[in-house]
This record gives sequence, structure tokens and C-alpha cells, in this order.
Amino acid sequence: MTALLELSGVTLHFGGLKVISELDLVVSENEIVSLIGPNGAGKTTVFNLITGVYDPEEGDIRLDGRSLVGVVAHKRTKLGVSRTFQTLRLFLNLTVEENVMAATYCHTRSHVWQSILRTPFQRREERDVRALADDKLAFFGDRLAGYRRRQPAYSLSYANRRRLEIARATATKPRLLLLDEPAAGMNPVETHEITELIGRLRDEGGYTILVIEHDMHVVEGISDRVVALDHGVKIAEGSFETVATNERVVEAYLGLRATEEDAAR
Amino acid sequence: MDDRSQQPPDGPRIGADEWVARQGEHRRQNELTRRLGRAGERIHPAFRFFALVAGIAIFGIATSDQYYQRVGFNTLYYAALALGLNVVVGWAGLLDLGYVAFFGLGAYAYALLDSPKFHHHWPALATMVVVGFGCAIVGILVSLPSRRLFGDYLAIITLFFGQIFYNLVGNLSLTNGQNGMTNLDPLNFFGFHITTVRQYFYVALILFTVVTCVLWLVNNSRTGRAWRSLREDQMAAQLLGMPVNWLKLLAFAFGASVAGLSGTVFASLEVNIFPNNFYLSVLITLYAIVILGGAGSMPGVMLGAFTIIVGLEVLATPDNARLLFYAVIAAGLVLWLRPWFWVPIVIGGTVAFGFVVSAIATAAWPDATKPTSFGGQNLTMSSWVVELTNPTRGGAYAYGALIAAVLGVTLLKGWVQKVALIPVLYLAAFAWENELALNPSVTAEILLGALLITLMIVRPTGLLGQHRVEIV
Repeated sequence: MTALLELSGVTLHFGGLKVISELDLVVSENEIVSLIGPNGAGKTTVFNLITGVYDPEEGDIRLDGRSLVGVVAHKRTKLGVSRTFQTLRLFLNLTVEENVMAATYCHTRSHVWQSILRTPFQRREERDVRALADDKLAFFGDRLAGYRRRQPAYSLSYANRRRLEIARATATKPRLLLLDEPAAGMNPVETHEITELIGRLRDEGGYTILVIEHDMHVVEGISDRVVALDHGVKIAEGSFETVATNERVVEAYLGLRATEEDAAR
Repeated sequence: MDDRSQQPPDGPRIGADEWVARQGEHRRQNELTRRLGRAGERIHPAFRFFALVAGIAIFGIATSDQYYQRVGFNTLYYAALALGLNVVVGWAGLLDLGYVAFFGLGAYAYALLDSPKFHHHWPALATMVVVGFGCAIVGILVSLPSRRLFGDYLAIITLFFGQIFYNLVGNLSLTNGQNGMTNLDPLNFFGFHITTVRQYFYVALILFTVVTCVLWLVNNSRTGRAWRSLREDQMAAQLLGMPVNWLKLLAFAFGASVAGLSGTVFASLEVNIFPNNFYLSVLITLYAIVILGGAGSMPGVMLGAFTIIVGLEVLATPDNARLLFYAVIAAGLVLWLRPWFWVPIVIGGTVAFGFVVSAIATAAWPDATKPTSFGGQNLTMSSWVVELTNPTRGGAYAYGALIAAVLGVTLLKGWVQKVALIPVLYLAAFAWENELALNPSVTAEILLGALLITLMIVRPTGLLGQHRVEIV
């Protein structure tokens, strides 16, 4: 498998605080990698670095061999990076459908004058956009179907908002999908559904997925590989079993005492 | 491990949502009340708009009164202007306080290209093309330094640009300073000169139609969706691949272009233009239109323009204003007073109170008051509202006292408040008859302001605005 995303020696400070230090991370094509770690470990910052909210001070971020450092955020989306947000950032007053359609901006090409004249090219593109939105929403079965599609996004339940975020992210036609806590705030049934869904996203959608998740059942269920972060440093990497039983990971989550007790036992 | 990773086989089907299905049925059953609205919605917006334009065109043929034609012209060019502002404020969500400068820019461009000043007499279409594109380019240039700003900061910067424009045209010899540009040519299309007010009305109608169509088409395209996404969440929009800075410039360009074209049409009818035509009062009126109608909604902005412009005209006539004043008070009492029997008590009490007061006042100060008349056309008012012979000072005091009294009444509760309403209402009638009715133009604006405040309390989204949510 070839590496789609490559982070090498990425470092970032916020003032005197080292948020990410010397991070190396590789995500291969068609792989699902989970990023875990306690709160404040720097997981979302890694996403922000990949999507261009911040640029690393040192190191390089490569997508399919091409460096993303210095590339403006919206151009990175065009190159194939798309994400969801931990703190849901939907376009609340747009309809469900429009949320997805808006995200097709980066790969549609009609100019404003073409929109004004409604040229055949523009109309064809608009039809394609609609079809794409249908397709992306249909991925979630009944959840985002029916009259809901014409409702404003704020009328959706929390879980449905998470689904819509994923639908919107996939509408940019990404190669790499970054999911920031897709199961947060969901009930067990919905969590299970999301687990299954992430697998389908890879198998049917063909996306490479990097996911931040706190729910270890989800992480276990979906991950090809798990990367654990703490204080901006990678502390473990490997299969779920290896990482979950790694001493430093347990220590990061539960503190030193728990590890000692574990060792004493 | 845990059984959660293996869901029970007879659990809910993945992706199925019974609630949606049930809710769908429920909505179908309760649709009777909404059927009319739905029927309206089913008509394609293009047809609805066509019907509107046809209606306006017929109005132009039907009326021969130049005053009505002029009010129609004002409404139409204000509607076009407000639609342009709506692009920047309602769709892209950028608070632009320099918008009027582009209105002025269009007007002054016409004044320079089609007037005796430099003996240029361009064909109107050529001027309009230059103004349309020129204003768009200036709009982009002006917003370049502010493209990274939003919210209050952008408002301050744009206000500053508007002020610069006002000061420039007010002081440059090129624009004749405060003396303004005079004797502009009438619009000239291929040798055909637009001279009558009716013809200008139709020019404004064409402008309004073109602006509406172009903006509607843009709004229903990827650009419009991106603008509205930008308004909702700039960061999310950028991270989902929208070039937010470019989109902002584009919104400014569209707004500026529409404003410039409206300015051209305005200037050609006005014949003489002055810097004060393009100052803050116009900006405030435009914002009132956009907010009253509902920012972001095109039909809303049109309705807002109609309400404000026609409303101001209607209220400028004292009799209309008086009727509206008392009607609004009566309607307010009926809507607000609970239980219902307080309505006749308060209204009857006010009139009775008025008779007593006016009897005492005319007896005590016969010199200062007009005699109470129990006849004539104004029977009801002049028989119970004291009219001062010299209302200038007394009326002003009454007006001040009225504001204090209204604020005081809001602090009271229960029956005390309702009883206290009686003298306050009398004071309102007194202030009206002795002060406000004598200054119709000021009163019109006060009344309109009061209406706006009421509307914003009752319906903060504007007349046709969509319900908006900031954070959930």
C-alpha cells in the first residue's frame, strides 16, 4: 500500500506551549487509522495542521507525495482533504440539502457569469451537484431523507447533525477523510451504526480515513491501525490490541498509579 | 469484551428511521391550514415574479398622477438598492456601512459623463455599462484591505469609506462641492430621451427586474450557496473548499454594481444631485428596508421597500397619520389588554377623563386654550382633547412628559397599570394634537420608527425573513 498522507517531524507551538512535537504519521491508501489520546493531547490540532488551519513550524505534511505546507486551506480541500468538526460546524440556517450542495464548490467550475446566463455547462453541473447531494444523503438511509432534506440544518437532532457533517465532508470528493469524534454524543445504537458506517465509507466510498475517537468500542471496531498521542507526542502505534495494552497509553489515560498497580498484579 | 460491538440482531434496523415516516404522515394530515401557502410555493418563483412585474407595469399605465408615478419610481429604485445591500448583508453576512457611497458613485459618474460640466453626453447604456463594471471594480478595490475583517471591524472600516466618499464629493471642485452637480441630461437610449416621470418609472421597473433576475440566478448557484455558507460559518466554509476572501470581494462587487446602477437612474431623474443625497439617512432607510423585510429574503426586501417608502409617503399626510396613530393605539389595546373588558374601560375612561380635563382647562385658562367645540367636522377630537392656542411650547412639554409616562407605565403591574393607562393615553392624544400632527414629516419618521420597534419585538426575523438560529 502506498502512503496517502505523510507527516514527518511536524512541530507546532502555541506561544511557549509545545502542542505537537516531532510527529511522524503515515496513513496508507484505503486505510482506517484512529487517533486516540486524552483530552488536550493534540489530536484536533493534528487535524488543523493537515487541513491548513495552522501551518507547522517544522516538518512536512505530504498528501500523495505533494507537500501541503503553505497551501491555503480551501485549496487543500480541492487536493482531496476533507474533515468534520468535533464541535459541529454545520451551516445551520441552510437546508440539509444545501449544506451538502455548498460543499461541492471546490470541484465545480461554473463562473458567476455562467450562473447568470444559465449556460448549458452550468445547468449540467447543477444537475450533477444535485445528484451528488442525493447520493451523499442516501448513504444514511432514512436518517436524512424525506422532508428533512428541505428543513434547515438546525432542526436536526444532534446525531443527525453528525451524519450531515459526514455527508457534507464527502461531498467535496475527498481522498482523505478526517473525522473528528464522529460518535461523540451518540447513544449505543447510533454509535454502533456509526461504526458500521465508517467501514462502509472506506469500502463503498473508497476514502482513506483518519478518525479521532474516544469510544474504544468504535476504535476497536473500525481501525486498521491506532496511533496514540499524549502532550503532542506519539506514544504508541500499531494494532488496537498492542496500543490498548501499551503501558504508556494506559498511563496517559489513567495516570501512573494505575500502571503501577497493573504491574504489581 | 462488551456486547456493544455486536449489536443485538433484533435491534433497530440500521439507517431506518420510523420517526421520519410517522412525522411525514402527521404533517400530511395537518396540512389544511398551510395549503394556501403551499399552493403559492408550488408556483415557480419566476411566474410569481412575472405577476409582480406585470402588476407594477399596469399600475404605471393606470395612474396618470405624477405624484403616484414618482412614489412608484422611488419604491422601485429603493427596492433595487436594498436588493444590492441584501447581497452583502443578507447573504454574505458582511456588515457594510459604506454601501451608500456606491449609490453616490453611480450618480456622480452619470453626472460627469452626461452633463454640461465637461460637455460629455454619453448614451445612457454606455454610461450604465461603465458604471456597472466600474462600481464592481471599485467595490473590489475598496474591500481588498478589509477582506480579512468581519462583524464590527468591517462595519467601522466601511463606514469610514462611506465618509471619505461624502467628504470627497463635498469638497472637490470636480464635483462642485456642496453646490452639487446640476442640469444632468435626461436618460438617452439610442437617441430616445426619457423625459416624463412615467417613462422614468418604467426605467426603474426595468432596473428592478434586471437586478432581481440576476441576483436570483446568482443566489441559486454555487456562488449563492457559498455566500450563505460564509455567512453561517466562515471557518467551516473555508475548510470545505470555499475561497472565502474571494467570495467576500464578489459580494461587495455585486452590491456596488447594483448600487451604482440605481444611482445612475436616480441622478438622471433628479437632474441636480448633491452630496447630501448620498449620506447616512439613505443608508439608515436601506438598512430599515432590509431588516424590516427580512435580511436574506428577496421577496422580504421588496416588501420592506414598499412598506417603508410608501409608508413614509402616506404618513406625511396629517389626516392619514392621525388615523393610523389612533388605529394603532386602539389595535394595541385590543391585542394587549387582558381580560377583554379592560378595553372598553380604558378607552371609555380616556374619553371621559378627556371631557373632564378639557372642561376644567377651558374654564381655568380660557386664553390659552381653543374653545371646546361640540360641532364641526372634528367633533370627536376637539371636544375632549384640549387644544392650545399656542401649541409650540406646551406641545413639546407634553411630548416629553408622554415619553416619561410611557416608560413609567411599563414599570407598573396589574390593575394599577391599566388605570394609569387612562391619563397616559390622554397625554398621548394631547401630545399628538398639539405637537406631532403639526410636524407631519417628523411625525412620519417617529411613527415609522415606533412601527419598526414593534415589529422587531413581535417578529425579529422581519416580515418575510426565515427564522434564524445562531448557536444551538
